[in-house]
Amino acid sequence: MEKDQDIILNEVTQSEYKYGFVTDIESDSIPKGLNEEVIRLISEKKNEPEWMLEFRLKAFAHWKTMKNPNWAMLKIPEIDYQDIVYYSAPKQKKQLNSLDEVDPELLDTFNKLGIPLEEQKLLTGVAVDAVMDSVSVKTTFKKNLADLGIIFCSFSEAVQEYPDLVKKYMGTVVPYRDNYFAALNSAVFSDGSFVYIPKGVRCPMELSTYFRINAANTGQFERTLIVADDDSYVSYLEGCTAPMRDENQLHAAIVEIIALENAEVKYSTVQNWYPGDKDGKGGIYNFVTKRGLCKGRNSKISWTQVETGSAITWKYPSCILKGDDSIAEFYSVAVTNNHQQADTGTKMIHLGKNTKSTIVSKGISAGKSNNSYRGLVRVAKNASNARNFSQCDSLLLGDQCGAHTFPYLEVDNSSAIVEHEATTSKIGEDQIFYCNQRGISTEDAIGLIVNGYAKEVINQLPMEFAVEAQKLLQISLEGSVG
Amino acid sequence: MLSIKDLHASIQGKEILRGLSLEVKAGEVHAIMGPNGSGKSTLASVLTGRDLFEVTHGEITFEGQDIGEWAPEDRARAGIFLGFQYPIEIPGVSMTNFMRTALNETRKAQNLEPLSSKEFLQRMREKKELVEIDSKLTNRSVNEGFSGGEKKRNEIFQMAMLEPKLAILDETDSGLDIDALRIVANGVNRLKTPENATIVITHYQRLLDYIIPDFVHVLYEGRIVMSAGKELALELEEKGYDWIKKQVDNPLITL
Amino acid sequence: MDMMVEIIDTREDLKKEFIQQRTILDQAIPGFGYQKREQAFAHFLKLGIPSTRVEEFKYTPLEPLFNKEYHRSYTFDPISFDKDLLFNCDVPNLETQVEFVVNSWYYHPEHRLQVLSNGIILGSLAEAAKQYPELFQKHYTKYANPASDGLIALNTAFAQDGFFLYLPKNTVMDQALQLINMMMSDRNLMTQQRNLIILEDNSEANLLVCEHTMSNHDFLSNSVTEVYAGKNARLHLTKMQNENNDSSQLAAVFIHQEADSQVSTNTISLHGGFIYNRFDVALQGRGAHNDTFGLYLTDRNQHISNRTLIDHAVPDATSNQTFKGVLDDDAHGSFTGKILVRKDAQRTAAYQSNNNILLTDRAKMNTKPMLEIFADDVKCSHGATIGQLDSDALFYLRSRGISQKEARLLLMYAFTYEVIAAIPVEGLRLRVEELVSKRLRGELSRCNDCTNGCR
Repeated sequence: MEKDQDIILNEVTQSEYKYGFVTDIESDSIPKGLNEEVIRLISEKKNEPEWMLEFRLKAFAHWKTMKNPNWAMLKIPEIDYQDIVYYSAPKQKKQLNSLDEVDPELLDTFNKLGIPLEEQKLLTGVAVDAVMDSVSVKTTFKKNLADLGIIFCSFSEAVQEYPDLVKKYMGTVVPYRDNYFAALNSAVFSDGSFVYIPKGVRCPMELSTYFRINAANTGQFERTLIVADDDSYVSYLEGCTAPMRDENQLHAAIVEIIALENAEVKYSTVQNWYPGDKDGKGGIYNFVTKRGLCKGRNSKISWTQVETGSAITWKYPSCILKGDDSIAEFYSVAVTNNHQQADTGTKMIHLGKNTKSTIVSKGISAGKSNNSYRGLVRVAKNASNARNFSQCDSLLLGDQCGAHTFPYLEVDNSSAIVEHEATTSKIGEDQIFYCNQRGISTEDAIGLIVNGYAKEVINQLPMEFAVEAQKLLQISLEGSVG
Repeated sequence: MLSIKDLHASIQGKEILRGLSLEVKAGEVHAIMGPNGSGKSTLASVLTGRDLFEVTHGEITFEGQDIGEWAPEDRARAGIFLGFQYPIEIPGVSMTNFMRTALNETRKAQNLEPLSSKEFLQRMREKKELVEIDSKLTNRSVNEGFSGGEKKRNEIFQMAMLEPKLAILDETDSGLDIDALRIVANGVNRLKTPENATIVITHYQRLLDYIIPDFVHVLYEGRIVMSAGKELALELEEKGYDWIKKQVDNPLITL
Repeated sequence: MDMMVEIIDTREDLKKEFIQQRTILDQAIPGFGYQKREQAFAHFLKLGIPSTRVEEFKYTPLEPLFNKEYHRSYTFDPISFDKDLLFNCDVPNLETQVEFVVNSWYYHPEHRLQVLSNGIILGSLAEAAKQYPELFQKHYTKYANPASDGLIALNTAFAQDGFFLYLPKNTVMDQALQLINMMMSDRNLMTQQRNLIILEDNSEANLLVCEHTMSNHDFLSNSVTEVYAGKNARLHLTKMQNENNDSSQLAAVFIHQEADSQVSTNTISLHGGFIYNRFDVALQGRGAHNDTFGLYLTDRNQHISNRTLIDHAVPDATSNQTFKGVLDDDAHGSFTGKILVRKDAQRTAAYQSNNNILLTDRAKMNTKPMLEIFADDVKCSHGATIGQLDSDALFYLRSRGISQKEARLLLMYAFTYEVIAAIPVEGLRLRVEELVSKRLRGELSRCNDCTNGCR
């Protein structure tokens, strides 16, 4: 039995990353290296206004004063920031008037990824912004959304078309001084998505951005800004893949969310960056700063993430509960296999009164990977009646991996109720036997059990994503019991 | 003894009791029945001073005194006892310590000397026999690890210890098998005197086979919509609460 | 990993003293002379006093303590003290053998080291090093590593004496042993006490340690205790901390457990200005079991930190940590606990919990319960809560006629009960129950016979 499982484990952990192909398309790239000139060049290529360039330069000046952080549970090889290309765009005709003008190679790429850009082929109810390397390729359903006053476009376009909104909100949730990678991103960010939901509007479809790294030696530094005005609602999805390359590639993004009075934002991620091969060669370094501000009274921000990719993941989608009665949620499934490392979790900062946060984190470790939950719950002195409940479970598949839990609870107010629970377990032999006895193969049994274990989180995802996430879990882990 | 006039109470702005009136005299047993969500347990909580509920209108007098603003312990010391639907587990507090504190604080409020250890233990022993409760239970922490039936029996034991003037039994029959039900009911009946009164709150009629009520009231949507003698319970059992609902919601249809 | 340690600069000051006191330190503990101390001191110079930038000290600010002026005494200065003063340490209904350590020096009017009829040795650490060099060398500094932490390095460099206990194989201490650690001085004092407790295979002891301050000066005690529990050895350690509000106590206990040994510690922190308790447990033998319990009742502007590491290095060991705290007024508390399950430590069962009640909005609690797990066939869980007394339970008590004040006391007492109930020696447990109950009622700090010497 043990032996069989080992074989299955090996088979499965060697299963291929199916999004690892490279698109053969000419790129407009700038030379490797990082200095003020490069930043001016990026800004110039994007035809940016002066204030944007100033923001970049300030961030760069600050970044130069910072040190590469040293994290307890992550082993990060030294990154040579001069060996990265900071801007790369697939070459195509300048103005896109219709889909016919999008390079067929690009269309094909996104088709292969299961993200058709032809609107009639799209799942109704999902608008997509497709970003390859440094630029946005195509945003669908723009017109339908515009009728409702919803702005959904690439970040670059927003800088040109809606400078006042961008100026008003950019950097207010994640200041460029926030951390090393936030400063780097603020200096060199290339593109990303911008969303604005006007007062009283419920966005009728899921908004989605699909990120793809294609070019070699390129870092991806996208920036997303979502503003939900009073009484509005939006559900936003993010997906990402990259080709298999032997060298590591850096992804350092920023996501900022602002929810005003009575607004609700749901942000879902299925992160499937290339994790490297089974020996730990290659893969994406995913160092992302995601933060939401529940600014208005009774606002709500909810993060859901399914993390299966990347060689190293460092991210803590967080919420600042500033408005009274605001609500924040964090649901996460993080899977690590082979030599992957993940250090992920959330921060819930309770500032307003009667605020409530929920954290559900499910870690799954297999192979020789290390998977850590790191989370902070802080209740400030004036945040009366704050409530938090955290449940952080770990599942270990095999005896070569590690699962760690590092919760930080800081409470300054006596009316707060903060509770944290965590368990660590493995899939029981008896559970597998029970399934086997009912005619279910060991692989399928593990898939079933893992999906059951992660269900609470998967249920938070929009339907199409949930199905994808379930498959992804199954592929990542089948048979991984030792 | 107890007089409730036009009582309105709400929780978090939602009105549960909407003008409830009730008179209870010494020596009487009243049964309050009603469908789920009609406000039965709210009534018990409001009478005993649970601060989750806000009394927005009306009056509660007990033995001539307006107790509407009284703290829970003051109501208890005046002789109001609540048998909880879900008795609370308090790990680390022994039953003995709990009862001694309760009894002696009540005595203190009545200007009586605290019981000596000997007197107290004597009383514990007598009451345990009276309500047929196992000695082992009273050696443990309050309700900790008790089965559903044991918890309910423990409520009756506490009632025996404290000798209230008015006992309110909130769904005391829920979760009891027939033997436990009989033991609990026997306890209640033995504790009955011409000086005290009992309010039995129940969803089902079966407890009333053992504790015979003088009056049966039907609570619906926060008001008492029907009152009669014990035969009403049987009629309810037969016709179900829909019958009441129809009558109240549609007053033109009469019996 | 790079040792990123921010250093509080008291080093220069201590460096001068370390050189000045060379002769005394060289002779203080036979077999552990100046040369060996120099190694430890080099670690101290490198590590310094850890600042809050060091992860384990994130919630334990040591700077203010070390910025005060202290006298350091390198010879034992026998001050007359009245043994009867120690009334609040007595344990009625419990026969104990009482031992004293005063300002880190073992104190006994008649002898430095005692050998009991069954071969049990107890007394001065320095004297034990002299009379039993082999035994001493085998264990001293083997469990507390000076390279790992500035406070241990500091203690190892400067320690001159403390308490020593040795139980040979198959011996049982028929009485509980009571060790009274006292601080009494006519000026502010910093001490570096060092204790060594060795339980050979199949031996058994109950130890009660009481920490007291006997005068109202600023005390800073940085103590290190090493415990070795041989196969199937049994040790229960209860610690009572009751010190004045200007005292600072940094107490690290390192416990090494062999197969089937059982060690339990209960630390009851009743009073103290600044308390930092560290428990490092290395479960090195199959079947070993460890219980680490703590209770802290903290008010005014007191600070309490509890830090634990339970290191499951081998399969089939079990551990349980339970820490409970009630924080009143402006008190600050912190808990930093870790369960480490090493690779191949299969069938580990480890549990950790930290529950806190905040009584005021000025009180503050930070808790960080951690799991680091590298084996898959394990049962590990932890939980932490910060909150208030349960309102349902409060109502239940009040509905039985118990006043709000009394109901709150009952519930607070009940909250602490789990820790107290784990004290295995009945007489001791009853005494602790009484003290905790008094403490909760606020009677302990007010009582007339208090010698805490709070200003």
